Amino acid sequence: MKPPVPRLQLQGLTKAYPTLVANDQISLTVEAGEIHAILGENGAGKSTLMKMIYGVTQPTAGQIFWEGTPVSIGSPAIARSLGIGMVFQHFSLFESLTVAENTSLSLGPGHTPSSAANALLQAAARYGLEVQPEKFIHDLSVGERQRVEILRCLLQDPKLLILDEPTSVLPPQAIEGLFAMLRRLASEGCSILYISHKLQEIQVLCDRATILRAGKVVAECRPQEETAASLAALMIGRDTEPLPKRPPAVSTGTVFAAEGLRLISPDPYGTHLDNISFTVPQGKILGIAGVSGNGQRELLWALSGETRCPRPEMLQLDHEPIGHQGPAARRQRGVCVIPEDRLGTGAIPAMTLEENGLLTAVYTQPMVRHGLVDQKATTAFAQECIAQFDVRCSGAQALAGSLSGGNLQKFIVGRELLQTPQLLVCSQPTWGVDVGAAALLRRAIQSLAQQGSAVILISEDLDEILELSDEVAVLFEGKVSAPMPASEASPERVGLLMAGVWQEQPNAGAGTAPLPHSTGKSAQAASP
Amino acid sequence: MIRLERRPQPSTRWRWLAPVVAVGLTILTGLIIFALLGKDPILGFQVFFVYPLRSLYGVSELLLKATPLALIGMGLAVGFRAGIWNIGAEGQFLFGAVFATGVALYLPSITGLSLVAMVFAGILGGMAWALIPAWLRTRFHTNEILVSLMLVYVAQLFVSWLVFGPWRDPRGFNFPQTEMFDAAWLLPTLLSGSRLNLAFVLTLIVLVIGHILLAKSYYGFSIRVAGESPSAARYAGLSERRNIYAGLLIGGACAGLAGMAEVAGPMGQLTDKASVGYGFAAIIVAFVGRLQPLGIGLAALVMALFFLGGEQAQQYLNLPGSISRVFQGLLLFYLLAADVLVQFRLVRTSPQTKGAL
Repeated sequence: MKPPVPRLQLQGLTKAYPTLVANDQISLTVEAGEIHAILGENGAGKSTLMKMIYGVTQPTAGQIFWEGTPVSIGSPAIARSLGIGMVFQHFSLFESLTVAENTSLSLGPGHTPSSAANALLQAAARYGLEVQPEKFIHDLSVGERQRVEILRCLLQDPKLLILDEPTSVLPPQAIEGLFAMLRRLASEGCSILYISHKLQEIQVLCDRATILRAGKVVAECRPQEETAASLAALMIGRDTEPLPKRPPAVSTGTVFAAEGLRLISPDPYGTHLDNISFTVPQGKILGIAGVSGNGQRELLWALSGETRCPRPEMLQLDHEPIGHQGPAARRQRGVCVIPEDRLGTGAIPAMTLEENGLLTAVYTQPMVRHGLVDQKATTAFAQECIAQFDVRCSGAQALAGSLSGGNLQKFIVGRELLQTPQLLVCSQPTWGVDVGAAALLRRAIQSLAQQGSAVILISEDLDEILELSDEVAVLFEGKVSAPMPASEASPERVGLLMAGVWQEQPNAGAGTAPLPHSTGKSAQAASP
Repeated sequence: MIRLERRPQPSTRWRWLAPVVAVGLTILTGLIIFALLGKDPILGFQVFFVYPLRSLYGVSELLLKATPLALIGMGLAVGFRAGIWNIGAEGQFLFGAVFATGVALYLPSITGLSLVAMVFAGILGGMAWALIPAWLRTRFHTNEILVSLMLVYVAQLFVSWLVFGPWRDPRGFNFPQTEMFDAAWLLPTLLSGSRLNLAFVLTLIVLVIGHILLAKSYYGFSIRVAGESPSAARYAGLSERRNIYAGLLIGGACAGLAGMAEVAGPMGQLTDKASVGYGFAAIIVAFVGRLQPLGIGLAALVMALFFLGGEQAQQYLNLPGSISRVFQGLLLFYLLAADVLVQFRLVRTSPQTKGAL
C-alpha cells in the first residue's frame, strides 16, 4: 500500500514583485481532512501565498501539486473546478446585488438566483448558520457578509477551503459555531487552510501550523504542543511584551454624553438607535460590545455626525449640544473618528498618505492657507505619523492602496491620535490586523486616554473590549446597556448581554438600561 | 501568449502616454480610411493636418477653435474629478450664448461696460442651465447624466424658437438669425486680419486658475476626494450637496462663457447653428487632457485641428464634413483602449510555467 497522496503540496513556491519578494521558496503539505494554520505577521506573505493557491496571481517559480498531480492554477475558476474555495479578508461580493444573486454568479451558468437561494438555505440549515438570500449585500454588516462568503464556498463542496482571518468579525458564540462547522467539514475529508494570528484559536482548532516570517517558512509545528507565547515568538522573531496595566486615570468630569439618542437609520434594512444614554468621562475608555448588525454602523454615524440627530441635546460635548452638527464642525471641536472600513472610508486607496492625512487633519492642523494646501505641513504631518506609528511604507508619497491592511490602519489611527482629540470614537480599530500592529494600536489608544481624552470603542471583538475598556456596555437591537465597570464585566456576563439576555436592570451610569423587545429582526443576528 | 496583469500602482507614464498613443493611432486609422475611400493617404494627411497650419491665419483659426474647447473642457474636468457627470455642456454653451445675446440686443451699450456685462450674462446663462440638473439631483436624486443631456435638446429648440421667432432679424431675409451686434458688443481681436479674440486670453487665464484650483487648493483636493470615494467624503465631513452644485455650476459657467465668446466673437450674432458640437467634443478634450489644465490645452489644439482638417477635407478631397466626427470618435475609442495600460501591463507568459492544466 502506498501512503495517501497529500491534498495539496507546494514546492519552492516563490512570488517576486519588482520591488520585493513576497514569497520565497515556500514548501508545505496539506493532508486530506487536515486543518492547517498559516500563521504570520502583517506583510509576512500569507495573503500572497493564498492568492497563488487560489489562482489570483501566478508564482514566479515553484510548483503546486494537487492530489499528487502538478497543476498550474491560472484563475480562481480553475481553482474552484479543482475544488478549492476561498473566503477573503476583503470580501469579494457585489454590494449592489442580493445575497442570492452573488451566489448564483459564483456558481456559474445554469444557476438562477432562486435556485441559489434554495441551495443557500439548505446549506445554512445544515451548518446552523443564518442567511437571508433576498437581502442586498450593502445592507449587511461585516459579520453577515462573511457568513455569505463562507456559505457560498460551501455550496461548491470544496476539497480545500481557505479562510483568511475568519473570526475577526464574529462574537464568541458564533466563533464556537464556526469552529464546530469547520471541524465537521474536516471530518468529512475537506482540508482547511486557516489564516489567522489569533494564537488561541489556532491552538484550539488547527492540527498543524506553518509559520511565515518575511515571506519565508520559519517553522512548522503542532500548535497544541506549543504555548501562545512560543507561537508569537516564532511569528515575530522576538518575544512580545504584554500590554502594561495602566494606572487608573484621574477623571475630572464628563466630556461626552449621549442623552436619549433615538435615530431612524437612513438605511431601510438598518437598525434604529433607541433611547441610548451614556456618559464618557475624561480619560476613560467606554467599550461598546455587540454582535455585528445590532446598530454599530448607525451608532458610529450618529457619533461622527455623518447622520445628524433630530435634537441637538441628544449628544453633548463638554455640556454643549453637538447633535445637530456635521462631521466637520464636530472635528473642529475635537471629535476624531476611526471608521470600521479602512479602504474607501478611512483612507482613499488612490491618494497618497500625505493627502490621506489632509483628509481629516485639516480640521485641527494648520494645513490650509488662503484656500491653498500647505504642502510642507501635509508632508510633515504624514511623516510624523509614519515615524510615530511605525507605518511600513515607501514614504509620505506612497499611495494608501499600496500599504498592507495593518500598516494602513496604523496610519489612520495615527492620523486621528496625532490630533489629540477630546473625544475619540473608534470602530473595530484592530480588525484583521496582526498581533504586533494590534498591540501597538491598543497601546496608542490607551495612552491617548491616559492623556485625558475620552474614548468610545465600538468593537465586535470581545477580547479587545475587555482588554482596553474602563467601562463596558453592550449594543443590542439599537439599544445600549448601562455601562458596567470593567472589573465586573466577565466574558460570560457580557456574552449574555450580547445575545440579548437583559434581565438585570443595573443602576450604574447615567443611563437606564432599556429592556429589549422579545420580538425583533435582530434575533437572527444573535443566534449562534 | 500575452496577457494583461494588474500593475501594483497605476502607471504615471502611461497616464500621459496613452493620449499620445491614441492620437497616433487615430491619425494612422484616418490614413487607412482615406485609402479605403480611394484618396491618396499622403495627400489626405497633408490636407487634414498640414494645410490648416500653413499660414499665420491658419494658426489663429486653430487657436480660435481651440478656445471654446479648452474653456468648456476645463470646466467639465472640475466636475468630472468630483464624480459629477455633466454631459450637457452643449446646452449650457447655448444658454450662455442666449443670455449674452439678450444683453447685446436689449441693453444700451456703454463702452467698456458692455462686454463685462455680456461676459457675466454668458456665465450666468450657462450656470442657470446647469442649475437644473444640480437641483434635481440634490432634491430628487435624479441622474445628472440623463438630465443634463436631455436639457441640451431643450436648449437647441429654445435657440431655434428665438431665432425663428422673436429675435429674428427683420432685415435678415428670413434667415434664422439675430441682427449683427454693434462693435461695442464684440470681443476685440488680437491680430489684425484674424478672428482670434480676447476670449483666447480669457481661456488661458481660466486654465491657470484651473491649475491652481485643482493642483494647489484645498477645494480641488476636496472635489477629488468626493470623486474618488463618496463614503470617505462623508466621513471627512465634505458636503455632498455642495459638491454636486459646484461640480455642475463650474462646468456651466465655463460653457456659458464659451457660448458668449462665440456669439460675441467669430459669429457676431446668434443663429440656430451657434454651436458645432463644442460641448460634446469638449468631453473628449477633458479626458484626453487627463482632466489636467495643461493636458486640456494640448488636447483642445488636437481637437481643433480635427475640426479644421474636416473643413479642409471637404474642400480639397471632396469628403463629407462628418469626417471630423469620425476622427473625434476614433480618438475617444483609442484613448479608452490605451487607458487600460495605466492600470495593467502586458506580460508574456512563458511556456515553462504552464503545468498540467
